[in-house]
Amino acid sequence: MTPAPLRRWRPPSLSLPSWPWRITWTYLGLILFLPLGAMLLRAAEVGPVGFWEMATTPEALATYRVSFGLALVASVINGVFGLVVAWALVRCRFPGQRVLDALIDLPFALPTAVAGLALTAVYSTNGWLGQPLNEAFGLKVAFAAPGVTVAMVFISLPFVVRTVEPVLRSLEREQEEASWCLGASPLQTTVRVVLPQLLPAILGGVAQGYSRAVGEYGSVVMISSNVPFKDLITPTLIIQKLEEYDFEAATVIGSVMLIFSLFSLLVINLLQVWGQRYQGDSA
Amino acid sequence: MSIVVPTLETPRPTPTPAKRSRRQGLDLPAILIPLIACLYVGVVILLPALSVVASAFAKGVGPFLENFQSHELLSALRLTLFATAVAVPCNVIFGLAAATAIARREFRGKALLLSVIDLPFSISPVVVGLMLVLLYSPTHGLLGGVIESLGWKIIFSWPGIVLATIIVTFPFMAREVIPLLEEEGWEQEEAARTLGATNWQVFWKVTLPSVRWAALYGLILTTARALGEFGAVAVVSGNIEGLTQTLPLFVEDAYKNYQTELAFGAAMVLGGVAIVSLLLKILVEQVLEQDKKASRMPLDG
Repeated sequence: MTPAPLRRWRPPSLSLPSWPWRITWTYLGLILFLPLGAMLLRAAEVGPVGFWEMATTPEALATYRVSFGLALVASVINGVFGLVVAWALVRCRFPGQRVLDALIDLPFALPTAVAGLALTAVYSTNGWLGQPLNEAFGLKVAFAAPGVTVAMVFISLPFVVRTVEPVLRSLEREQEEASWCLGASPLQTTVRVVLPQLLPAILGGVAQGYSRAVGEYGSVVMISSNVPFKDLITPTLIIQKLEEYDFEAATVIGSVMLIFSLFSLLVINLLQVWGQRYQGDSA
Repeated sequence: MSIVVPTLETPRPTPTPAKRSRRQGLDLPAILIPLIACLYVGVVILLPALSVVASAFAKGVGPFLENFQSHELLSALRLTLFATAVAVPCNVIFGLAAATAIARREFRGKALLLSVIDLPFSISPVVVGLMLVLLYSPTHGLLGGVIESLGWKIIFSWPGIVLATIIVTFPFMAREVIPLLEEEGWEQEEAARTLGATNWQVFWKVTLPSVRWAALYGLILTTARALGEFGAVAVVSGNIEGLTQTLPLFVEDAYKNYQTELAFGAAMVLGGVAIVSLLLKILVEQVLEQDKKASRMPLDG
Protein backbone atom coordinates (compact mmCIF):
# COMPACT_ATOMS: atom_id res chain seq x y z
CA MET A 1 0.00 0.00 0.00
CA THR A 2 2.78 2.46 0.84
CA PRO A 3 4.62 2.58 -2.54
CA ALA A 4 1.52 3.65 -4.47
CA PRO A 5 0.94 7.05 -2.83
CA LEU A 6 4.69 7.69 -2.85
CA ARG A 7 4.83 7.28 -6.62
CA ARG A 8 1.90 9.58 -7.15
CA TRP A 9 3.21 12.23 -4.82
CA ARG A 10 4.94 15.13 -6.51
CA PRO A 11 7.00 17.56 -4.46
CA PRO A 12 4.88 20.71 -4.44
CA SER A 13 7.78 23.16 -4.64
CA LEU A 14 9.25 21.54 -7.75
CA SER A 15 7.25 23.93 -9.87
CA LEU A 16 9.97 26.46 -10.57
CA PRO A 17 9.05 30.10 -10.28
CA SER A 18 7.07 31.15 -13.26
CA TRP A 19 10.08 32.99 -14.69
CA PRO A 20 11.12 30.19 -17.06
CA TRP A 21 7.50 29.89 -18.16
CA ARG A 22 7.18 33.60 -18.66
CA ILE A 23 10.33 33.70 -20.77
CA THR A 24 9.21 30.67 -22.78
CA TRP A 25 5.77 32.01 -23.63
CA THR A 26 6.87 35.60 -24.26
CA TYR A 27 9.64 34.41 -26.55
CA LEU A 28 7.44 31.94 -28.40
CA GLY A 29 4.76 34.61 -28.73
CA LEU A 30 7.04 37.27 -30.16
CA ILE A 31 9.28 35.06 -32.24
CA LEU A 32 6.88 32.39 -33.50
CA PHE A 33 3.19 33.09 -32.94
CA LEU A 34 3.22 36.75 -34.00
CA PRO A 35 4.75 36.14 -37.48
CA LEU A 36 2.68 32.98 -37.87
CA GLY A 37 -0.49 34.89 -37.01
CA ALA A 38 0.41 37.70 -39.41
CA MET A 39 0.71 35.26 -42.27
CA LEU A 40 -2.52 33.41 -41.46
CA LEU A 41 -4.36 36.73 -41.19
CA ARG A 42 -3.02 37.94 -44.55
CA ALA A 43 -3.97 34.59 -46.09
CA ALA A 44 -7.48 34.82 -44.63
CA GLU A 45 -7.90 38.31 -46.10
CA VAL A 46 -7.53 36.82 -49.58
CA GLY A 47 -10.74 34.81 -49.15
CA PRO A 48 -11.34 31.16 -49.98
CA VAL A 49 -12.08 31.64 -53.70
CA GLY A 50 -9.11 33.86 -54.34
CA PHE A 51 -6.92 31.60 -52.22
CA TRP A 52 -7.86 28.54 -54.25
CA GLU A 53 -7.34 30.37 -57.55
CA MET A 54 -3.92 31.69 -56.60
CA ALA A 55 -2.83 28.42 -55.03
CA THR A 56 -3.67 26.45 -58.17
CA THR A 57 -2.35 28.62 -61.01
CA PRO A 58 -0.55 26.48 -63.63
CA GLU A 59 2.72 28.11 -62.56
CA ALA A 60 2.19 27.18 -58.90
CA LEU A 61 1.03 23.66 -59.74
CA ALA A 62 4.17 23.12 -61.82
CA THR A 63 6.38 24.11 -58.86
CA TYR A 64 4.44 21.79 -56.53
CA ARG A 65 5.12 18.96 -58.97
CA VAL A 66 8.85 19.76 -58.96
CA SER A 67 9.16 20.33 -55.18
CA PHE A 68 6.94 17.55 -53.89
CA GLY A 69 7.76 15.08 -56.69
CA LEU A 70 11.54 15.40 -56.69
CA ALA A 71 11.62 15.46 -52.88
CA LEU A 72 9.75 12.15 -52.97
CA VAL A 73 12.34 10.69 -55.36
CA ALA A 74 15.15 11.96 -53.11
CA SER A 75 13.52 10.55 -49.96
CA VAL A 76 13.00 7.13 -51.51
CA ILE A 77 16.65 7.03 -52.63
CA ASN A 78 17.69 8.01 -49.10
CA GLY A 79 15.31 5.49 -47.55
CA VAL A 80 17.16 2.69 -49.36
CA PHE A 81 20.73 3.96 -49.11
CA GLY A 82 20.24 5.46 -45.65
CA LEU A 83 19.32 1.99 -44.43
CA VAL A 84 22.45 0.56 -46.08
CA VAL A 85 24.64 3.25 -44.46
CA ALA A 86 23.03 2.73 -41.03
CA TRP A 87 23.52 -1.03 -41.41
CA ALA A 88 27.18 -0.54 -42.30
CA LEU A 89 27.69 1.72 -39.28
CA VAL A 90 26.02 -0.62 -36.77
CA ARG A 91 26.53 -4.16 -38.03
CA CYS A 92 29.84 -4.03 -39.92
CA ARG A 93 33.44 -3.33 -38.94
CA PHE A 94 35.65 -1.78 -41.57
CA PRO A 95 38.46 0.79 -41.86
CA GLY A 96 37.27 4.37 -42.15
CA GLN A 97 34.05 3.69 -40.27
CA ARG A 98 34.46 6.66 -37.96
CA VAL A 99 35.13 8.97 -40.89
CA LEU A 100 31.96 7.72 -42.56
CA ASP A 101 30.07 8.32 -39.32
CA ALA A 102 31.34 11.90 -39.10
CA LEU A 103 30.63 12.60 -42.79
CA ILE A 104 26.94 11.74 -42.34
CA ASP A 105 26.50 14.86 -40.19
CA LEU A 106 28.18 17.17 -42.69
CA PRO A 107 24.91 18.12 -44.45
CA PHE A 108 23.57 19.26 -41.05
CA ALA A 109 26.65 21.35 -40.33
CA LEU A 110 27.43 22.73 -43.79
CA PRO A 111 25.59 25.96 -44.68
CA THR A 112 23.15 25.24 -47.50
CA ALA A 113 24.71 27.88 -49.76
CA VAL A 114 28.05 26.07 -49.49
CA ALA A 115 26.36 22.75 -50.19
CA GLY A 116 24.69 24.25 -53.25
CA LEU A 117 27.98 25.67 -54.50
CA ALA A 118 29.78 22.36 -53.92
CA LEU A 119 27.13 20.26 -55.66
CA THR A 120 26.92 22.69 -58.59
CA ALA A 121 30.71 22.55 -59.00
CA VAL A 122 30.81 18.74 -58.92
CA TYR A 123 27.76 18.05 -61.08
CA SER A 124 28.06 20.81 -63.70
CA THR A 125 29.04 19.64 -67.18
CA ASN A 126 32.72 20.36 -66.50
CA GLY A 127 32.67 19.10 -62.89
CA TRP A 128 34.27 15.96 -61.43
CA LEU A 129 31.11 13.89 -61.75
CA GLY A 130 29.04 15.99 -64.13
CA GLN A 131 31.49 15.66 -66.99
CA PRO A 132 31.69 11.85 -67.04
CA LEU A 133 27.92 11.57 -66.56
CA ASN A 134 27.33 13.98 -69.41
CA GLU A 135 29.79 12.26 -71.74
CA ALA A 136 28.69 8.72 -70.94
CA PHE A 137 24.91 9.13 -70.75
CA GLY A 138 24.29 12.62 -72.10
CA LEU A 139 22.81 13.38 -68.70
CA LYS A 140 22.75 16.99 -67.55
CA VAL A 141 22.64 17.06 -63.75
CA ALA A 142 23.33 20.62 -62.60
CA PHE A 143 20.91 23.32 -63.86
CA ALA A 144 18.24 20.68 -64.50
CA ALA A 145 15.82 18.51 -62.54
CA PRO A 146 18.38 15.78 -61.64
CA GLY A 147 20.51 18.45 -59.95
CA VAL A 148 17.57 19.53 -57.80
CA THR A 149 17.13 15.88 -56.79
CA VAL A 150 20.84 15.54 -55.94
CA ALA A 151 20.67 18.63 -53.71
CA MET A 152 17.60 17.24 -51.93
CA VAL A 153 19.34 13.89 -51.47
CA PHE A 154 22.35 15.68 -49.97
CA ILE A 155 20.45 17.66 -47.37
CA SER A 156 18.07 14.87 -46.32
CA LEU A 157 20.54 11.97 -46.09
CA PRO A 158 21.34 12.33 -42.35
CA PHE A 159 17.69 12.03 -41.31
CA VAL A 160 17.20 8.39 -42.33
CA VAL A 161 20.63 7.27 -41.10
CA ARG A 162 20.31 8.98 -37.73
CA THR A 163 16.79 7.69 -37.02
CA VAL A 164 17.46 4.09 -38.12
CA GLU A 165 20.85 3.78 -36.40
CA PRO A 166 19.75 3.78 -32.73
CA VAL A 167 16.84 1.41 -33.41
CA LEU A 168 19.08 -1.01 -35.29
CA ARG A 169 21.60 -0.85 -32.43
CA SER A 170 18.96 -1.66 -29.81
CA LEU A 171 17.51 -4.66 -31.68
CA GLU A 172 17.89 -7.91 -29.81
CA ARG A 173 20.13 -10.32 -31.66
CA GLU A 174 18.32 -13.26 -30.02
CA GLN A 175 15.38 -12.85 -32.38
CA GLU A 176 17.64 -13.14 -35.41
CA GLU A 177 19.44 -16.11 -33.90
CA ALA A 178 16.10 -17.76 -33.21
CA SER A 179 15.10 -17.14 -36.81
CA TRP A 180 18.34 -18.71 -38.08
CA CYS A 181 17.92 -21.67 -35.78
CA LEU A 182 14.43 -22.22 -37.13
CA GLY A 183 15.97 -22.53 -40.59
CA ALA A 184 15.44 -19.12 -42.12
CA SER A 185 18.03 -17.90 -44.59
CA PRO A 186 19.88 -14.63 -43.84
CA LEU A 187 17.75 -12.89 -46.44
CA GLN A 188 14.53 -14.24 -44.89
CA THR A 189 15.74 -13.18 -41.45
CA THR A 190 16.55 -9.68 -42.65
CA VAL A 191 13.35 -9.19 -44.59
CA ARG A 192 10.92 -10.82 -42.17
CA VAL A 193 12.48 -10.26 -38.73
CA VAL A 194 14.74 -7.19 -38.87
CA LEU A 195 13.10 -4.94 -41.45
CA PRO A 196 9.59 -4.92 -39.91
CA GLN A 197 11.11 -3.70 -36.66
CA LEU A 198 13.02 -0.97 -38.48
CA LEU A 199 10.07 0.12 -40.59
CA PRO A 200 8.73 2.88 -38.27
CA ALA A 201 12.22 4.36 -37.97
CA ILE A 202 12.82 4.19 -41.73
CA LEU A 203 9.48 5.83 -42.50
CA GLY A 204 10.04 8.42 -39.77
CA GLY A 205 13.44 9.31 -41.21
CA VAL A 206 12.06 9.41 -44.75
CA ALA A 207 9.21 11.69 -43.63
CA GLN A 208 11.60 14.07 -41.85
CA GLY A 209 13.92 14.12 -44.85
CA TYR A 210 10.99 14.66 -47.21
CA SER A 211 9.68 17.57 -45.18
CA ARG A 212 13.14 19.13 -45.13
CA ALA A 213 13.71 18.54 -48.86
CA VAL A 214 10.38 20.14 -49.82
CA GLY A 215 11.22 23.31 -47.89
CA GLU A 216 14.89 23.45 -48.87
CA TYR A 217 15.97 26.60 -50.64
CA GLY A 218 19.66 27.48 -50.30
CA SER A 219 21.26 24.49 -51.97
CA VAL A 220 18.53 23.92 -54.57
CA VAL A 221 18.40 27.50 -55.82
CA MET A 222 22.08 27.32 -56.76
CA ILE A 223 21.99 24.02 -58.65
CA SER A 224 18.64 24.66 -60.33
CA SER A 225 18.28 26.77 -63.48
CA ASN A 226 15.08 28.17 -61.87
CA VAL A 227 13.12 27.96 -65.13
CA PRO A 228 9.34 27.88 -64.54
CA PHE A 229 7.59 24.63 -65.51
CA LYS A 230 10.99 22.89 -65.61
CA ASP A 231 12.95 22.91 -62.36
CA LEU A 232 11.57 25.88 -60.42
CA ILE A 233 10.82 24.88 -56.82
CA THR A 234 7.99 26.35 -54.73
CA PRO A 235 10.20 28.33 -52.25
CA THR A 236 11.93 30.04 -55.19
CA LEU A 237 8.51 30.92 -56.68
CA ILE A 238 7.59 32.57 -53.35
CA ILE A 239 10.73 34.70 -53.53
CA GLN A 240 10.05 35.60 -57.17
CA LYS A 241 6.51 36.66 -56.25
CA LEU A 242 7.90 38.85 -53.46
CA GLU A 243 10.37 40.44 -55.86
CA GLU A 244 7.45 41.22 -58.19
CA TYR A 245 5.66 42.81 -55.19
CA ASP A 246 2.86 40.24 -55.61
CA PHE A 247 2.44 39.82 -51.85
CA GLU A 248 -0.93 38.09 -52.12
CA ALA A 249 0.35 35.28 -54.32
CA ALA A 250 3.45 34.89 -52.11
CA THR A 251 1.22 34.66 -49.03
CA VAL A 252 -1.08 32.09 -50.59
CA ILE A 253 1.71 29.84 -51.86
CA GLY A 254 3.56 30.28 -48.56
CA SER A 255 0.41 29.18 -46.72
CA VAL A 256 0.21 26.05 -48.87
CA MET A 257 3.77 25.21 -47.79
CA LEU A 258 2.94 26.02 -44.16
CA ILE A 259 -0.08 23.70 -44.21
CA PHE A 260 2.13 20.99 -45.66
CA SER A 261 4.69 21.56 -42.86
CA LEU A 262 2.04 21.26 -40.15
CA PHE A 263 0.69 18.11 -41.78
CA SER A 264 4.14 16.54 -42.08
CA LEU A 265 4.88 17.39 -38.44
CA LEU A 266 1.73 15.50 -37.49
CA VAL A 267 2.74 12.49 -39.61
CA ILE A 268 6.26 12.48 -38.13
CA ASN A 269 4.85 12.57 -34.58
CA LEU A 270 2.44 9.73 -35.33
CA LEU A 271 5.29 7.68 -36.81
CA GLN A 272 7.33 8.29 -33.65
CA VAL A 273 4.45 7.12 -31.46
CA TRP A 274 4.13 4.02 -33.64
CA GLY A 275 7.87 3.38 -33.38
CA GLN A 276 7.86 3.69 -29.60
CA ARG A 277 4.99 1.25 -29.34
CA TYR A 278 6.89 -1.15 -31.56
CA GLN A 279 9.96 -0.90 -29.37
CA GLY A 280 7.87 -1.20 -26.26
CA ASP A 281 6.45 -4.48 -27.55
CA SER A 282 9.80 -6.00 -28.39
CA ALA A 283 11.41 -4.94 -25.11
CA MET B 1 1.86 -41.87 -35.69
CA SER B 2 3.82 -42.67 -38.81
CA ILE B 3 2.58 -39.44 -40.31
CA VAL B 4 3.83 -37.35 -37.40
CA VAL B 5 7.37 -38.69 -37.48
CA PRO B 6 8.30 -37.46 -40.99
CA THR B 7 7.00 -33.95 -40.27
CA LEU B 8 9.20 -33.86 -37.22
CA GLU B 9 12.14 -35.19 -39.18
CA THR B 10 11.83 -33.00 -42.27
CA PRO B 11 12.84 -29.70 -40.68
CA ARG B 12 15.97 -31.28 -39.35
CA PRO B 13 18.06 -31.30 -42.55
CA THR B 14 17.20 -27.67 -43.37
CA PRO B 15 19.34 -25.96 -40.70
CA THR B 16 22.53 -27.43 -42.15
CA PRO B 17 22.15 -26.02 -45.69
CA ALA B 18 20.79 -22.82 -44.26
CA LYS B 19 23.82 -22.50 -42.04
CA ARG B 20 26.13 -23.23 -44.94
CA SER B 21 24.46 -20.65 -47.15
CA ARG B 22 24.67 -18.21 -44.27
CA ARG B 23 28.41 -18.76 -44.03
CA GLN B 24 28.87 -18.20 -47.74
CA GLY B 25 26.40 -15.34 -47.83
CA LEU B 26 27.70 -13.49 -44.77
CA ASP B 27 31.05 -12.68 -46.31
CA LEU B 28 29.53 -11.03 -49.34
CA PRO B 29 27.22 -8.59 -47.47
CA ALA B 30 29.99 -7.89 -44.98
CA ILE B 31 32.04 -6.49 -47.85
CA LEU B 32 29.27 -5.18 -50.09
CA ILE B 33 27.30 -3.19 -47.51
CA PRO B 34 30.20 -1.04 -46.27
CA LEU B 35 31.37 -0.64 -49.86
CA ILE B 36 28.00 0.61 -51.07
CA ALA B 37 27.66 2.84 -48.01
CA CYS B 38 31.10 4.40 -48.55
CA LEU B 39 30.55 4.85 -52.29
CA TYR B 40 27.18 6.50 -51.72
CA VAL B 41 28.41 8.87 -49.03
CA GLY B 42 31.53 9.51 -51.10
CA VAL B 43 29.59 10.56 -54.18
CA VAL B 44 26.85 12.48 -52.38
CA ILE B 45 28.80 14.16 -49.57
CA LEU B 46 32.59 13.75 -49.66
CA LEU B 47 33.31 14.62 -53.32
CA PRO B 48 31.29 17.87 -53.25
CA ALA B 49 32.96 18.87 -49.97
CA LEU B 50 36.42 18.17 -51.37
CA SER B 51 35.64 20.08 -54.54
CA VAL B 52 35.08 23.25 -52.48
CA VAL B 53 38.52 22.86 -50.89
CA ALA B 54 40.10 22.10 -54.27
CA SER B 55 38.47 25.10 -55.96
CA ALA B 56 39.23 27.48 -53.09
CA PHE B 57 42.93 26.60 -53.16
CA ALA B 58 43.13 25.95 -56.93
CA LYS B 59 45.68 28.74 -57.43
CA GLY B 60 47.45 28.25 -54.12
CA VAL B 61 47.20 29.81 -50.69
CA GLY B 62 48.22 33.33 -51.77
CA PRO B 63 45.28 34.00 -54.13
CA PHE B 64 42.97 32.39 -51.55
CA LEU B 65 44.11 34.90 -48.92
CA GLU B 66 43.76 37.77 -51.39
CA ASN B 67 39.99 37.16 -51.32
CA PHE B 68 39.95 38.63 -47.86
CA GLN B 69 40.86 42.05 -49.21
CA SER B 70 37.40 42.24 -50.75
CA HIS B 71 35.33 44.77 -48.84
CA GLU B 72 32.09 43.01 -49.75
CA LEU B 73 33.33 39.72 -48.35
CA LEU B 74 34.58 41.31 -45.13
CA SER B 75 31.38 43.27 -44.51
CA ALA B 76 29.33 40.14 -45.21
CA LEU B 77 31.48 38.24 -42.72
CA ARG B 78 31.04 41.00 -40.16
CA LEU B 79 27.25 40.99 -40.56
CA THR B 80 27.07 37.20 -40.24
CA LEU B 81 29.15 37.26 -37.07
CA PHE B 82 27.03 40.07 -35.66
CA ALA B 83 23.72 38.30 -36.36
CA THR B 84 25.09 35.12 -34.80
CA ALA B 85 26.42 37.00 -31.77
CA VAL B 86 22.94 38.42 -31.08
CA ALA B 87 20.84 35.40 -32.03
CA VAL B 88 22.78 32.70 -30.16
CA PRO B 89 22.67 34.25 -26.64
CA CYS B 90 18.95 35.00 -27.06
CA ASN B 91 18.31 31.41 -28.03
CA VAL B 92 20.48 30.06 -25.21
CA ILE B 93 18.39 31.97 -22.66
CA PHE B 94 15.14 30.82 -24.26
CA GLY B 95 16.37 27.23 -24.61
CA LEU B 96 17.42 26.93 -20.97
CA ALA B 97 14.25 28.63 -19.72
CA ALA B 98 12.02 26.45 -21.88
CA ALA B 99 13.91 23.32 -20.86
CA THR B 100 13.66 24.00 -17.11
CA ALA B 101 10.00 24.96 -17.49
CA ILE B 102 8.94 22.01 -19.64
CA ALA B 103 11.13 19.09 -18.60
CA ARG B 104 10.24 19.18 -14.91
CA ARG B 105 6.50 18.94 -15.32
CA GLU B 106 3.91 16.64 -16.72
CA PHE B 107 0.98 18.55 -18.11
CA ARG B 108 -1.67 18.20 -20.72
CA GLY B 109 -0.45 19.41 -24.09
CA LYS B 110 3.22 18.86 -23.31
CA ALA B 111 3.72 16.89 -26.52
CA LEU B 112 1.92 19.63 -28.43
CA LEU B 113 4.15 22.34 -26.94
CA LEU B 114 7.24 20.32 -27.85
CA SER B 115 5.93 20.03 -31.42
CA VAL B 116 5.34 23.78 -31.52
CA ILE B 117 8.95 24.35 -30.47
CA ASP B 118 9.99 22.00 -33.30
CA LEU B 119 8.01 23.97 -35.88
CA PRO B 120 10.97 25.94 -37.31
CA PHE B 121 12.56 22.62 -38.27
CA SER B 122 9.71 21.71 -40.59
CA ILE B 123 8.75 25.15 -41.93
CA SER B 124 10.65 26.14 -45.04
CA PRO B 125 13.13 28.94 -44.26
CA VAL B 126 11.66 30.93 -47.12
CA VAL B 127 8.24 30.78 -45.44
CA VAL B 128 9.83 31.97 -42.19
CA GLY B 129 11.21 34.97 -44.05
CA LEU B 130 7.85 35.57 -45.69
CA MET B 131 6.13 35.59 -42.30
CA LEU B 132 8.51 38.30 -41.09
CA VAL B 133 7.89 40.38 -44.22
CA LEU B 134 4.11 40.08 -43.74
CA LEU B 135 4.52 41.26 -40.16
CA TYR B 136 7.11 44.04 -40.38
CA SER B 137 7.22 45.25 -43.99
CA PRO B 138 6.46 49.01 -44.00
CA THR B 139 4.10 48.64 -46.99
CA HIS B 140 2.48 45.24 -46.50
CA GLY B 141 3.26 44.28 -42.93
CA LEU B 142 0.66 43.90 -40.22
CA LEU B 143 2.75 46.06 -37.87
CA GLY B 144 4.32 48.03 -40.71
CA GLY B 145 2.63 51.29 -39.72
CA VAL B 146 3.66 51.02 -36.09
CA ILE B 147 7.25 50.17 -37.01
CA GLU B 148 7.48 53.09 -39.42
CA SER B 149 6.00 55.61 -36.99
CA LEU B 150 8.62 54.54 -34.46
CA GLY B 151 11.26 55.18 -37.10
CA TRP B 152 12.49 51.59 -37.02
CA LYS B 153 13.58 49.57 -39.98
CA ILE B 154 13.30 45.81 -39.69
CA ILE B 155 12.90 44.39 -43.19
CA PHE B 156 15.91 45.01 -45.47
CA SER B 157 17.94 45.81 -42.38
CA TRP B 158 19.88 44.02 -39.64
CA PRO B 159 17.00 43.51 -37.15
CA GLY B 160 15.19 41.42 -39.76
CA ILE B 161 18.29 39.34 -40.37
CA VAL B 162 18.74 38.78 -36.63
CA LEU B 163 15.05 37.87 -36.19
CA ALA B 164 15.16 35.42 -39.10
CA THR B 165 18.28 33.79 -37.66
CA ILE B 166 16.66 33.54 -34.22
CA ILE B 167 13.50 31.85 -35.54
CA VAL B 168 15.35 29.28 -37.59
CA THR B 169 17.74 28.29 -34.79
CA PHE B 170 15.76 28.52 -31.54
CA PRO B 171 14.65 24.86 -31.19
CA PHE B 172 18.16 23.33 -30.99
CA MET B 173 18.99 24.28 -27.40
CA ALA B 174 15.68 23.22 -25.86
CA ARG B 175 15.69 19.98 -27.87
CA GLU B 176 19.11 18.93 -26.56
CA VAL B 177 18.56 19.90 -22.92
CA ILE B 178 14.96 18.70 -22.32
CA PRO B 179 15.58 14.93 -22.69
CA LEU B 180 18.57 15.08 -20.33
CA LEU B 181 16.66 17.02 -17.67
CA GLU B 182 13.75 14.57 -17.94
CA GLU B 183 16.12 11.66 -17.44
CA GLU B 184 17.94 13.13 -14.44
CA GLY B 185 15.00 13.79 -12.14
CA TRP B 186 14.75 16.52 -9.57
CA GLU B 187 16.17 14.91 -6.40
CA GLN B 188 19.33 17.02 -6.38
CA GLU B 189 17.42 20.22 -6.93
CA GLU B 190 14.99 19.27 -4.18
CA ALA B 191 17.92 18.67 -1.85
CA ALA B 192 19.43 22.04 -2.70
CA ARG B 193 16.11 23.75 -2.11
CA THR B 194 15.59 22.03 1.23
CA LEU B 195 19.03 23.27 2.22
CA GLY B 196 17.82 26.79 1.61
CA ALA B 197 19.04 27.61 -1.88
CA THR B 198 17.10 30.18 -3.86
CA ASN B 199 15.67 29.25 -7.24
CA TRP B 200 18.39 31.19 -8.98
CA GLN B 201 21.06 29.38 -6.95
CA VAL B 202 19.46 26.04 -7.72
CA PHE B 203 19.46 26.79 -11.43
CA TRP B 204 22.98 28.17 -11.47
CA LYS B 205 24.66 25.62 -9.19
CA VAL B 206 22.67 22.40 -9.69
CA THR B 207 20.59 22.41 -12.89
CA LEU B 208 23.03 24.11 -15.23
CA PRO B 209 26.11 22.06 -14.25
CA SER B 210 24.15 18.84 -14.68
CA VAL B 211 23.20 19.70 -18.27
CA ARG B 212 26.33 21.62 -19.22
CA TRP B 213 27.45 19.21 -21.95
CA ALA B 214 24.03 18.92 -23.54
CA ALA B 215 23.78 22.71 -23.41
CA LEU B 216 27.18 23.02 -25.07
CA TYR B 217 26.06 20.57 -27.73
CA GLY B 218 22.96 22.65 -28.37
CA LEU B 219 25.10 25.78 -28.45
CA ILE B 220 27.32 24.30 -31.17
CA LEU B 221 24.34 23.28 -33.31
CA THR B 222 22.70 26.70 -32.85
CA THR B 223 25.87 28.57 -33.77
CA ALA B 224 26.61 26.42 -36.84
CA ARG B 225 23.08 26.86 -38.15
CA ALA B 226 23.00 30.60 -37.35
CA LEU B 227 26.22 31.23 -39.29
CA GLY B 228 24.92 29.39 -42.34
CA GLU B 229 21.27 30.42 -42.49
CA PHE B 230 20.31 31.29 -46.05
CA GLY B 231 16.64 31.04 -47.04
CA ALA B 232 15.02 33.09 -44.28
CA VAL B 233 17.73 35.74 -44.40
CA ALA B 234 17.55 35.91 -48.20
CA VAL B 235 13.89 36.97 -47.99
CA VAL B 236 14.20 39.65 -45.31
CA SER B 237 17.64 41.11 -46.03
CA GLY B 238 17.10 42.53 -49.50
CA ASN B 239 20.63 41.32 -50.26
CA ILE B 240 22.19 44.77 -50.52
CA GLU B 241 25.91 44.32 -51.18
CA GLY B 242 28.09 45.61 -48.37
CA LEU B 243 25.06 46.49 -46.23
CA THR B 244 22.62 43.65 -45.64
CA GLN B 245 24.46 40.79 -47.30
CA THR B 246 25.47 37.93 -45.02
CA LEU B 247 28.29 35.55 -45.89
CA PRO B 248 26.04 32.73 -47.23
CA LEU B 249 24.21 35.28 -49.41
CA PHE B 250 27.59 36.58 -50.58
CA VAL B 251 28.56 33.06 -51.69
CA GLU B 252 25.53 32.82 -53.96
CA ASP B 253 25.81 36.36 -55.25
CA ALA B 254 29.51 36.06 -56.07
CA TYR B 255 28.96 32.75 -57.84
CA LYS B 256 26.09 34.14 -59.91
CA ASN B 257 28.23 37.12 -60.92
CA TYR B 258 31.02 34.81 -62.09
CA GLN B 259 33.33 35.85 -59.23
CA THR B 260 34.03 32.17 -58.73
CA GLU B 261 37.19 32.62 -56.68
CA LEU B 262 35.50 34.93 -54.20
CA ALA B 263 32.55 32.54 -53.94
CA PHE B 264 34.75 29.57 -53.17
CA GLY B 265 36.88 31.63 -50.78
CA ALA B 266 33.82 32.61 -48.76
CA ALA B 267 32.45 29.07 -48.99
CA MET B 268 35.74 27.77 -47.64
CA VAL B 269 35.41 30.01 -44.57
CA LEU B 270 31.89 28.74 -43.89
CA GLY B 271 32.94 25.15 -44.64
CA GLY B 272 35.86 25.48 -42.24
CA VAL B 273 33.51 26.64 -39.50
CA ALA B 274 31.23 23.70 -40.28
CA ILE B 275 34.08 21.23 -39.95
CA VAL B 276 35.25 22.77 -36.67
CA SER B 277 31.70 22.58 -35.30
CA LEU B 278 31.48 18.96 -36.47
CA LEU B 279 34.70 18.05 -34.64
CA LEU B 280 33.56 19.87 -31.49
CA LYS B 281 30.25 18.03 -31.73
CA ILE B 282 31.98 14.64 -31.88
CA LEU B 283 34.12 15.62 -28.88
CA VAL B 284 31.11 16.72 -26.82
CA GLU B 285 29.21 13.58 -27.86
CA GLN B 286 31.97 11.45 -26.40
CA VAL B 287 31.94 13.38 -23.13
CA LEU B 288 28.14 13.07 -22.98
CA GLU B 289 28.41 9.32 -23.55
CA GLN B 290 30.95 8.99 -20.73
CA ASP B 291 28.79 11.13 -18.47
CA LYS B 292 25.83 8.86 -19.10
CA LYS B 293 27.89 5.74 -18.39
CA ALA B 294 29.24 7.29 -15.20
CA SER B 295 25.78 8.22 -13.98
CA ARG B 296 24.50 4.71 -14.73
CA MET B 297 27.30 2.96 -12.87
CA PRO B 298 26.09 3.48 -9.30
CA LEU B 299 22.64 2.26 -10.34
CA ASP B 300 24.06 -0.97 -11.69
CA GLY B 301 26.25 -1.59 -8.65
